[in-house]
Amino acid sequence: MSELPGREQVPPGPGHAGVPRTGAIGGGNGAAPGGDGVAMPALAVHRADGSEPEDGVLLETEGLTRHFQLGGLFSQRTLHAVDDLTITIRPREIVALVGESGSGKSTVARLLARLYKPSRGSIVFRGRPLQSLRSRRDVLWYRSQVPMVFQDPYSSINPVFRVSHGVARNLRLHRRELNARGRRDEMLRVFDAVGLTPATEMLHKFPYEMSGGQRQRVGFAQALALRPRLILADEPVSMLDVSIRAGLLNLMAELREREQVSILYITHDLASARYVADRVLVMYGGHLVESGPTEVVLARPKHPYTQLLLSAVPDPREIVALAAESQDAGEPPKVINPSEGCRFRRRCPMAVEECHRVTPRLRPMGPAHEAACHVATPDTDPAAPPEPATSSHD
Amino acid sequence: MPSPLLEVRGLSVDYITETANVRAVDSVDLDLMPGEFLGIVGESGCGKSTLVFAIAQLLFPPAEIAAGSVTFQGKDMVQLSDAELRHVRWRDYSVVMQSAMNALNPMKSIAAQFKDTLQAHSTMTKAEIRERSAEVLRVVGIDPAHLDSYPHQLSGGMRQRAMIAMALLFTPQLVLMDEPTSALDVVAQRSLMNQVKELQQKLGFALIFVTHDMSVVSHYSDRLMVMYAGQVAELGPTRAMFEHPPLHPYSKGLLDAFPSIRGPRRALTGIPGTPPDLARPPAGCRFEPRCPEAMPQCAERAPDLYTVGPSQVRCLLHAGDVSPAPRPDPLAVQQP
Amino acid sequence: MAAPAPTLAPSAVAAELRRGSDALGRFTGAIARNRKAAFGLVLLLLLSVVAAAPQLFTGRDPQALLGGSQQLPSGTYWLGTTNTGQDVYSQLIWGTRLTLIITVVAGGLASFVSVVIGVAAAYLGGWTDRLLSLLTDVFLIIPTLPLLIIMAAYLTGAGTDAIILALVVTGWAFSARQLRAQGLSLRTRDFLEAARVRGERPFYIIMVEILPTMTSLIVANFMGLSTYMVATAAGLQYLGLGNTSEVTWGTMLHYAEENGAIFPGGNPFWVLAPGFAVVLMGAAFAFLNYAFDEIGNPALRSFRRRRAKPAA
Repeated sequence: MSELPGREQVPPGPGHAGVPRTGAIGGGNGAAPGGDGVAMPALAVHRADGSEPEDGVLLETEGLTRHFQLGGLFSQRTLHAVDDLTITIRPREIVALVGESGSGKSTVARLLARLYKPSRGSIVFRGRPLQSLRSRRDVLWYRSQVPMVFQDPYSSINPVFRVSHGVARNLRLHRRELNARGRRDEMLRVFDAVGLTPATEMLHKFPYEMSGGQRQRVGFAQALALRPRLILADEPVSMLDVSIRAGLLNLMAELREREQVSILYITHDLASARYVADRVLVMYGGHLVESGPTEVVLARPKHPYTQLLLSAVPDPREIVALAAESQDAGEPPKVINPSEGCRFRRRCPMAVEECHRVTPRLRPMGPAHEAACHVATPDTDPAAPPEPATSSHD
Repeated sequence: MPSPLLEVRGLSVDYITETANVRAVDSVDLDLMPGEFLGIVGESGCGKSTLVFAIAQLLFPPAEIAAGSVTFQGKDMVQLSDAELRHVRWRDYSVVMQSAMNALNPMKSIAAQFKDTLQAHSTMTKAEIRERSAEVLRVVGIDPAHLDSYPHQLSGGMRQRAMIAMALLFTPQLVLMDEPTSALDVVAQRSLMNQVKELQQKLGFALIFVTHDMSVVSHYSDRLMVMYAGQVAELGPTRAMFEHPPLHPYSKGLLDAFPSIRGPRRALTGIPGTPPDLARPPAGCRFEPRCPEAMPQCAERAPDLYTVGPSQVRCLLHAGDVSPAPRPDPLAVQQP
Repeated sequence: MAAPAPTLAPSAVAAELRRGSDALGRFTGAIARNRKAAFGLVLLLLLSVVAAAPQLFTGRDPQALLGGSQQLPSGTYWLGTTNTGQDVYSQLIWGTRLTLIITVVAGGLASFVSVVIGVAAAYLGGWTDRLLSLLTDVFLIIPTLPLLIIMAAYLTGAGTDAIILALVVTGWAFSARQLRAQGLSLRTRDFLEAARVRGERPFYIIMVEILPTMTSLIVANFMGLSTYMVATAAGLQYLGLGNTSEVTWGTMLHYAEENGAIFPGGNPFWVLAPGFAVVLMGAAFAFLNYAFDEIGNPALRSFRRRRAKPAA
């Protein structure tokens, strides 16, 4: 059983030194308009631990909130899609955002992709708040750094053009320093990088000539052509056959190493999150309920929802373990005009009176491990290493 | 020895298109005993949904049954007229579709839709109809107060349960389910599966459950059929498939493609490549191009179904064990 | 209890589409295989040939006074004569050109307007959509025939142009509505969101990303509009609007009616021939309309709805 390539236990925390970007052709980002070459006043976001933004943090959100008004002009119904989300993403890490439909995870992706504007709160990318990016140049700069890969391989590529179309447009819009020859080389490079070989042949295919897995790779190729810092991957493998998913997941891990890019991996599948992500963020009903290093969260889940999720994930290799199942019927959370209090309280076996009154905030459970629950108890010895995973059934 | 509830022999289904005839299901044999839970697993395009539609006599052009027979309760379904089929449909067998929102009428309440179904297949009084509708809802764990709700007022999990309730209105002998959980989240999915298994054991119907996600069904089914490229790749008791590694390299690859949530982390390879073009199927084994254990003769010789213990495998690796089985044995139902 | 038709396995679909790997090849392939398209196309080509080179079909001047008044068809005059002795057959042949031109020009202009308004409303959404939809609705509600008559009557002297203008003004709204609905369904396609995320401008997205995927729909739309134009143009001309000295099928009907062609003593073919011709041209466009609808939306393709029986 070989160890997974390149999955280092990167301890987040103070003083994490970023590694300078290597392996760039043509001087890396420097020549891109609005890239490193543009002199920007560094809006330093000072963290309590004093680390510098460029090294420590790629993107962070503070109290990010997005509400939708439902119904007509006079309706008072507000859908709280995302409430008060505070997360950080560091360079060269894969962060999994896990949640069910209705948890708000897709809305988060769209907020970060600037398809929605936040109702409240802020998003800061490399020290610059997104609200301050007004001019076309600034907007294009951000878009070149934070591209998105979509969920549905059958609707995310325009069927009328060859698959090279999206990559070519990305290069034209964001890498104007390249001439025609340079663009062509770059197209070949990214198709190679995502495993679509021979690249010269693949570039000329139409989407209908490609399988779902290949189309998703095209999506990643399009993103890579920008030399991005952070790829927003919105459920990139959910619509693919199980046998194809492994290939894409391995590709994501590879990209983190080879292209030095971070990935926000949005998914409802905890098992794949475990496979590929360094850190896990669990969302429920628009709130972030737990976050921490993957192995820690899965070994010692603190929030009752995380525990429920963990127990419900089927592993085909485990032979029947139909012990007393929970009575949970899977009812969705109330996110329309919700009242104060924990949104999981109606399904929570451990709910107490406080849970109905006060919305729990994230509090530390261990090193870099937080959960938003009144009832959860932190690990008593924060210095203890994570326990080994429960015994396998292989 | 009880006789099989359902006997499928040599069933083949073709899609007739302008350019080619595509054989989506190739000569499938299957026996189902009363009360048995059979899972059919396979990836998109393998023919599992087509197979189930063919069994239920729900195929529309361009799909056609090209060969074979489907014998249900001793009658050949394919030869029945529409009128005769109507007697059997829903009373003796019923179908649960993939997406409740596609199958439920959004303009009608649950009670109205149950009433339509009950009236179409029986003569019951209004009171009996109401009573029966409430009863099936209770059986699937929905409060009968929801009888007057509309589909969009129910959650996804509840809608699927309502679909299952509708399928149970006449307590049929056989229920066919096509991916009923794919629209649900993990927690609702597990809850629904538990419910289905419970119902099946309590009411005693046989169940054919089609899914692309092996992990959903493998804890509950008595037997498991793995399909690939229109053919049966492996068929046997579920337990047998998991106690030793599966016999067919495809089943093995499929099982290995699932990232483990609880075991140790290991690298996954999946099964790179794509299934064959069914308009021009290869001469030899259909899985050969992607098979990590392919032998030279696999590309030339198409394997039959070989019997290995309680299971059958379509793989030349097992050709030497026993001579090819011409008919599947009616297997006794294995209680978990 | 009907099941949705099981979709073709991806490999089967790919195989079917593999003939003609470029867009044009696939397109012509699709047309050739569709019976309605073939029929409509052949008919339209025939009519276009007649319109382009009428002298191939008749040697006579359609306006020349040659025979007796309202003679019935004979060896010399295949469809008889008008009340002033003009050859009905020649008029039919020569009238094709102007009729076709009016149809296509009006159809094309109305198509253009409906595409611009419909797609912009669908894609831009918000207040733009509300405004444009309101505009569309207003034009839909206005009673067509009275408006047509008033417009054509006021624009005296302009003749054919008046007719075309009237047709465009009254014809675009219905199609705009349709295209907006179709555009809305496209809006949820991820590749449009992907284009936004990579920073494309709205104008680019509409022109390059949306319109090409709607080609079949737009062509179907044009065909549908043209069907409407043929009949309505003939109708207006029959009422005597536009330039009655020009030879079109509509003006033929006008004069025929004025001179009692259908009554005893008249030449009924003077009415029947242009009437039938209008139907023929309308049918050509209508068939092409259906055909392009089917090409654009495979779900519409007709199948015999019967339970699949095993092959013999």
